[in-house]
Amino acid sequence: MTEPAQKKTPLYDEHVKHGAKMVPFAGWLMPVQYASIVEEHQTVRKNVGIFDISHMGQLIVDGNDARGWLNTMLTNNIDKLDVGQGQYTFLLTERGGIIDDLIAYRIGDEKFLLVVNASCTDQDLDWLSKHRRGDVKIDNRSTNFGGVAIQGPKVAELFVNLPARNHIVDLDLDGMPISMARTGYTGEDGVEVFFRASDAVKFWNMVLEKGKDLGIKACGLGARDTLRLEMCYPLNGSDLSPERNPIEAGLGIFVDLTKPNFTGRDVLLKTKENGPREKLVPFKMNDKVPPPRPHYSVFENGERIGEVTSGTLSPSLNWGVGMAYVNAQNTKIGSKIEIEIRGQKFPATIEKKPLYKKS
Amino acid sequence: MNIPDDLLYTESHEWIKREGDKIRVGITDHAQSELTDVVYVELPKMDRQANAKEAIAVVESVKAASDIYAPVKGTVIEVNKALEADPGLINREPFGQGWLFVLKIDNADDLKNLKDAAAYKKQIGG
Repeated sequence: MTEPAQKKTPLYDEHVKHGAKMVPFAGWLMPVQYASIVEEHQTVRKNVGIFDISHMGQLIVDGNDARGWLNTMLTNNIDKLDVGQGQYTFLLTERGGIIDDLIAYRIGDEKFLLVVNASCTDQDLDWLSKHRRGDVKIDNRSTNFGGVAIQGPKVAELFVNLPARNHIVDLDLDGMPISMARTGYTGEDGVEVFFRASDAVKFWNMVLEKGKDLGIKACGLGARDTLRLEMCYPLNGSDLSPERNPIEAGLGIFVDLTKPNFTGRDVLLKTKENGPREKLVPFKMNDKVPPPRPHYSVFENGERIGEVTSGTLSPSLNWGVGMAYVNAQNTKIGSKIEIEIRGQKFPATIEKKPLYKKS
Repeated sequence: MNIPDDLLYTESHEWIKREGDKIRVGITDHAQSELTDVVYVELPKMDRQANAKEAIAVVESVKAASDIYAPVKGTVIEVNKALEADPGLINREPFGQGWLFVLKIDNADDLKNLKDAAAYKKQIGG
């Protein structure tokens, strides 16, 4: 089987010019790092960094029935959103399994922007189109739009009038119409900005120039992954899958079971009543040992109780951390577990979210 | 990319420095730049006997764990303990302080199977 050609974001040439190491990710050629994942990670924790997120899907849902219909497709309650506000939410199968995790922004009375995972864009679009009802239009604007995440404590020094947390505003910046949302995937203050693909290079370079004195750095997917894992933000495909539901993933607060009707509701109600069989928990190694990695086995008192889904050496803590699905009766914070690494078991402890807290 | 002329190389990106009937082994500048940010090194056990191309050490970056292979048959007689405290030596000085282990080799003829600098340079497209 031949690999399909990898797509390039409108910022591809900028990454290459910058010396990025480009890798295939979800059908796209993306920068995994420029010089050093650890340095990029620290830049976001201390100053500010910019990430290309043009690979992420952008779907517009529009029409007189958009709000009512979308609320039956997503787990969180979009009736709680004012125009200009967004929320983290899930798209589920009938069995409650996670198709995708996404942010839904209400950008008009009956108009929504869904920012979805790159690897799921086509699948989400198919699913939504198949279940479409009433006066609803679904438009995939992913290829015509680019996006960046600008993340770090100094982001407020880059832009005046940032939108409020989880809000999105339309702005004109130097002749470029953009949407700016106060959201992110790093645990730091930050924005995610969406613009026409034709403005991508101009916007990217403008931000790098403006941020020079703040120590801004272009950051890749490597740092994005370590930053999100320190915060215990899940990664679809690793921590989330159609075999897992949001309650097992410990993300029940993004599910509104008081809504009368949404796909997967019956299964989630049952999971909530009976308790999940397995739960996603964060953990930290007890000693300076090899970093945990996805698919390593988890043990307690010699018995296998689960499997690691995400793991790395946390650059902020300089310590091995991860997340694992384990038997629900073994999930108490402070519980001693063991991670099997190359045939040897190393002690670890189940922790509270997040794994990294700002001092 | 630095590829010293006086060293030998493997396809799996180890470098080899001959020191009499011993060889000193590390990973190349190219390999460390591909891995970047080495955060953990698992050294081989002393006195371990290894066959050529047998995985005997592990170098872990933020993103992944990579096996390191014995370039030829031999016995581990020295390991670089400094890497346990400072694995970043591999990134900073891949051909110097970042060496991994020393093997006493069984047969010097085995070294003929290794690449010289020109052949390794060709392999990595340098």
